[in-house]
Amino acid sequence: MIHASEIMQTIEMIDQQHLDIRTITMGISLRDCAHPDITVSCRKIYDKITRLAEKLVKTGEDIESEFGIPIVNKRISVTPIALVAESCEAEDYVPFAKALDDAAETVGVNFIGGFSALVHKGFTTGDRKLIDAIPRALSETRRVCSSVNIATTKSGINMDAVALMGRIIKESARLTEADGGMACAKLVVFANAVEDNPFMAGAFHGVGEPECVINVGVSGPGVVHHALQSIKGQPFDAVAETVKKTAFRITRMGQLVAQEASKRLGVPFGIVDLSLAPTPAIGDSVADILEEMGLASVGAHGTTAALALLNDAVKKGGVMASSHVGGLSGAFIPVSEDAGMIKAAQSGALTLEKLEAMTCVCSVGLDMIAVPGDTPWETIAAIIADEAAIGVINNKTTAVRIIPAPGKKVGDRVDFGGLLGTAPVMPVNAFSSADFIRRGGRIPAPMNSLRN
Amino acid sequence: MRAIVTVIGKDQVGIIASVCTLLAGYGVNILDISQTILREYFTMIMLVDVSGSTISFDELSKALKASGQEKNLSIRIQREDIFEAMHRI
Repeated sequence: MIHASEIMQTIEMIDQQHLDIRTITMGISLRDCAHPDITVSCRKIYDKITRLAEKLVKTGEDIESEFGIPIVNKRISVTPIALVAESCEAEDYVPFAKALDDAAETVGVNFIGGFSALVHKGFTTGDRKLIDAIPRALSETRRVCSSVNIATTKSGINMDAVALMGRIIKESARLTEADGGMACAKLVVFANAVEDNPFMAGAFHGVGEPECVINVGVSGPGVVHHALQSIKGQPFDAVAETVKKTAFRITRMGQLVAQEASKRLGVPFGIVDLSLAPTPAIGDSVADILEEMGLASVGAHGTTAALALLNDAVKKGGVMASSHVGGLSGAFIPVSEDAGMIKAAQSGALTLEKLEAMTCVCSVGLDMIAVPGDTPWETIAAIIADEAAIGVINNKTTAVRIIPAPGKKVGDRVDFGGLLGTAPVMPVNAFSSADFIRRGGRIPAPMNSLRN
Repeated sequence: MRAIVTVIGKDQVGIIASVCTLLAGYGVNILDISQTILREYFTMIMLVDVSGSTISFDELSKALKASGQEKNLSIRIQREDIFEAMHRI
């Protein structure tokens, strides 16, 4: 029998250290829902999602009750809609977003991801229509999330798409002015996007994925933080070992839940995403872990090294605990969703430049960052270009989820509510990048893409 | 199916008796019990077999929770698998 102390340790992790399964995400292929008539296509999309995901929420709740582990979100990702929509003759793709939103509401999931386009090498007609529809799609729906992949290591950076996304982000903010630019919190611009990411807002069901799949995202920054508190002052070897052991335990639980969900839903298991995903709750913060390593505040010199160790140790510990690891797998550093990051950004300890450096060694990128509402679209595009360059050169996923909060200035706060949290408005570099962005074209794929 | 029942709270007369009576009433078989007092907190861990249970797992979980709340105790039931997964390779 399991030892009493082990049982109590698990219960303590769940009760006091915010251990949870962050998301069970069902990936659904919509490739068979294309049709020249947009009404028919939307109906097929709605029908397929509501049929396959009918029991998703109930199954998640059953598992939650039996294992006694909170499963915070049940979500859906779908084939990038640009691929499905471009067979139809319609000019306006917003009805597709509404069909997704309705389907999500019917099955009871809080987010559905995949109002997406993959344009890292160029646009098709459908890609352009989809991107044009993003600001309205995100402001006229509640549950739909959108992502656009604008660069890959293999193909370089599509700078026309980078410029376009700068404009789209500004327009999305303008249309949701009353909610602090909320639409931008549901829009991710990627380099090297992954096809099996279970986390929102960047989840979509890639073209190489099966008909339907279950992916699980674990969490647990609070558990890692707690484990590190017991080895204060010890060398980094001990820190890495402790993180690895903790990540192993967390991931085993994720694997168990993923297999159980897959069995009950009769849908193949895809991957477990080994991400440390924070929430705004106190004690559920990645910043706390970095500070526990000896930094007075996240953002201090040493933060990048601390994050590199954490990110690597989480993967090393987790990879043996799961049969298939995928998604983004690493530490997330979304500013508005992490109480420690919010505090550091407000005190000035954490700047946009330091966050950019941190994204070189963590799982994603500049995530949930609010900047002044009057930030020019070219500056936003240039921020995207910088992040994409980091991803492309280093063969990793990077992303930008940035909110130019309408009417807000540096020092103001934007409240998005719930898991999206509160973002302090951070300063951006005031010098113009306009001429740089207006060049357009493509930045060629780097040398390290030529591996054949 | 085997599950772990944990009871945590301030020590008081009749805790074991009341939990056992509740479980027996729903046809849940107790396989093993251990208990300790940790910093004046009573901690009881039971290994049970719920295959003969007359109610669903969820209902059993709610019944245990409710009976605990009356006595200011935290009572929960979780499938054994989660502890196995986390602590055994």
